[in-house]
Amino acid sequence: MARKLLLEHAHVEGISTYEVYRKHGGYRSVEKALKTMTPDEVVEEVKKSGLRGRGGAGFPTGMKWSFLAKPEGVPRYLVCNADESEPGTFKDRYLMEKIPHLLVEGMITASYALGANTSYIYIRGEYSWILFILEKAIAEAYNAGWLGKNIMGTGYNLDLYVNIGAGAYICGEETALIESLEGKRGNPRIKPPFPAVKGLWQSPTVVNNVETIAAVVPIINDGGDEYAKIGLGRSTGTKLISASGNINRPGVYEIELNVPVEEFIYSDEYCGGIKNGKRLKACVPGGSSVPILPHYLVCKTASGEQRLMTYESLSDGGFATGSMLGSGGFIVYDEDQCIVRNTWNFSRFYAHESCGQCSPCREGTSWMEKVLRRMEHGEGKMSDIDLLADVAKKIEGNTICPLGDAAAWPVNAAIRHFREEFEWHVKEPKLCMERNFGLASEPVAAQQ
Amino acid sequence: MPKVTIDGQTIDVAEGTTILNAARQIGGELVPPAMCYYSSLKGSGGKCRTCLVRVTKGSEKDPRPMPKLVASCQTMVMDGMEVASKSDPSVVEARAGVTEFLLINHPLDCPVCDQAGECHLQDLAFEHGKANTRYEFERRTFEKIDIGPYIKLHMTRCIMCWRCVYTAQQLSPERVHGIIGRGDHAEISTYIEKSIESEFSGNVIDVCPVGALTDRTFRFKSRVWFLNPMDAHRDCPTCSGKAVVWMYGNEIYRVTARKDQYGEVHDFICNTCRFHKKDRNDWVVEGARNIDRHSVISQGHYAENAITVV
Repeated sequence: MARKLLLEHAHVEGISTYEVYRKHGGYRSVEKALKTMTPDEVVEEVKKSGLRGRGGAGFPTGMKWSFLAKPEGVPRYLVCNADESEPGTFKDRYLMEKIPHLLVEGMITASYALGANTSYIYIRGEYSWILFILEKAIAEAYNAGWLGKNIMGTGYNLDLYVNIGAGAYICGEETALIESLEGKRGNPRIKPPFPAVKGLWQSPTVVNNVETIAAVVPIINDGGDEYAKIGLGRSTGTKLISASGNINRPGVYEIELNVPVEEFIYSDEYCGGIKNGKRLKACVPGGSSVPILPHYLVCKTASGEQRLMTYESLSDGGFATGSMLGSGGFIVYDEDQCIVRNTWNFSRFYAHESCGQCSPCREGTSWMEKVLRRMEHGEGKMSDIDLLADVAKKIEGNTICPLGDAAAWPVNAAIRHFREEFEWHVKEPKLCMERNFGLASEPVAAQQ
Repeated sequence: MPKVTIDGQTIDVAEGTTILNAARQIGGELVPPAMCYYSSLKGSGGKCRTCLVRVTKGSEKDPRPMPKLVASCQTMVMDGMEVASKSDPSVVEARAGVTEFLLINHPLDCPVCDQAGECHLQDLAFEHGKANTRYEFERRTFEKIDIGPYIKLHMTRCIMCWRCVYTAQQLSPERVHGIIGRGDHAEISTYIEKSIESEFSGNVIDVCPVGALTDRTFRFKSRVWFLNPMDAHRDCPTCSGKAVVWMYGNEIYRVTARKDQYGEVHDFICNTCRFHKKDRNDWVVEGARNIDRHSVISQGHYAENAITVV
């Protein structure tokens, strides 16, 4: 059984209440940090742990914290990014619903480390009920003296607020989130300046994912070195994976970052294999924006090595034959699924969620969506495939924020690995409306 | 003073200058096109992505190249920086891509558009566009809206540069218009078609790079290249009174602010000057305006018509 750090007590009855959470060792990290450590020591501990941002980019958290500008007389802010909107990702929701106090505890410890006296949790609009769960947890923490003025007599003050978004994916981008938090339209800012220098209210700000902040708790409790022992190489610790798709046991799993992908899909401890005994066709390992992997690249890398659930192994081979760990939204496709339809579905999402600020993303995402819709409905042309690849290429890297990249990558990867299937949609406009291009049916070979 | 090299040409510029402004100081072919950046508007720029350049050397201290193309209007010059603009095929390709994106939903109604002849999208398309389109879907359209008695908003032509939003925010005391919606259905709007009532509202027409905001008092009166732009001034209690009057014979067809070769106005002018002073006697005409853009307007025959101007 793998070690669990975040979800260890997730199934304890009443763990969402303060009393039960405290009884199971809750708020120990706050005690330890505030009473025995300086803020810099907390940052140092997080650096030692090798913790990397769990929101998707995988940037080392300790390094991010040490970049925070500390000018005299200017407040600093910690903002928790709970705007979890990536299709295929639902780990933060699970964590906040089950153990809200873990996030609150992490926020206090992390705020102390950064010297922030006001911190925010920015939660997506669709998680409206979690707002109440968090507010209850925060109220309990205030009552118990973990928040407010002069926490535990240490002289440290912290106010924690939850702010609910209005349902925009783009507000998960850190500068758009800050704009939204300031009450403005959620458009990404042009960087530089980065939030670490000028963020919320033009003050130095750190924006961290829910899971990243929660991971600070075990790091402080057990020490950064202990945390770094889990995992492999630069992928340390545990990661929550949201498993979905055609698998027997969809759900949120906490894994150590060294589990082989094959084990994760087929072991009964995790996904429990493909549903109805079917074959694996493809896998999106890190949320909708990362490149899709065809079945022959899921369990093994292009060089024939076993693929592991780590940042490095999943991106082995670059985008040509690899993907990314991303946010850990693990989507599995069985042999009957249609990749064109899936790509269209993703594209439709990005076209809908583009903020419309910069031209390539605003116009390009909806263009790709229209072309893919046409293909999926049997009205595509052979030239559409190259057109899609070209439009994706012209969006990628030319936009203000990573949403453009996120829209372009899945399209590029789908065409790279499943070109045959796109061609089949063009060649068989009627057939593609009736059934999917499955592994089992091998329609292209049959026609020739 | 940081030294920057753009397409092989080196210049010393002041600290904090952007690559775009450094390029403009050098001038010529290497100046990146800019559809959304406007020097006098705070916060503008970075959105259209037509001014992309490649930074091949970050600075003297840190010579690493930047991994992606950067928006030259937002990137500050560092000492020893080397930049590739038109000389880099990947930059030209990216700009062509952006041009295509800007054109896919544009109505291409230049023959009936008042902006034709002084439209930056026309210039951009001429330089970077292709003669045919790969876009085969219905184009996005909007109803035309009258924003007050003087301004027509034709959102179908809009490229979402945000210049007018910044203009209205920065020239008028309160915010009355902005962007609603998002993605490709985002639009410029005044809430419930409320008119913009600031005395300086007419300037949104001047800052608009395309024909989305046009002058209702000039609508369909003439093509701009049939008119002669003349520098003129009047004693105005509200603004500087320095403007350009666009004349045909002795008649003033329209009044605009004075713009430089990149379409940026020197002084914003008031609505009285722009919309109500169209009599020859209202203005002291200084002489023909030097139009040094490669625009069709510069094809006008000043010499012939200048006789009528005293």
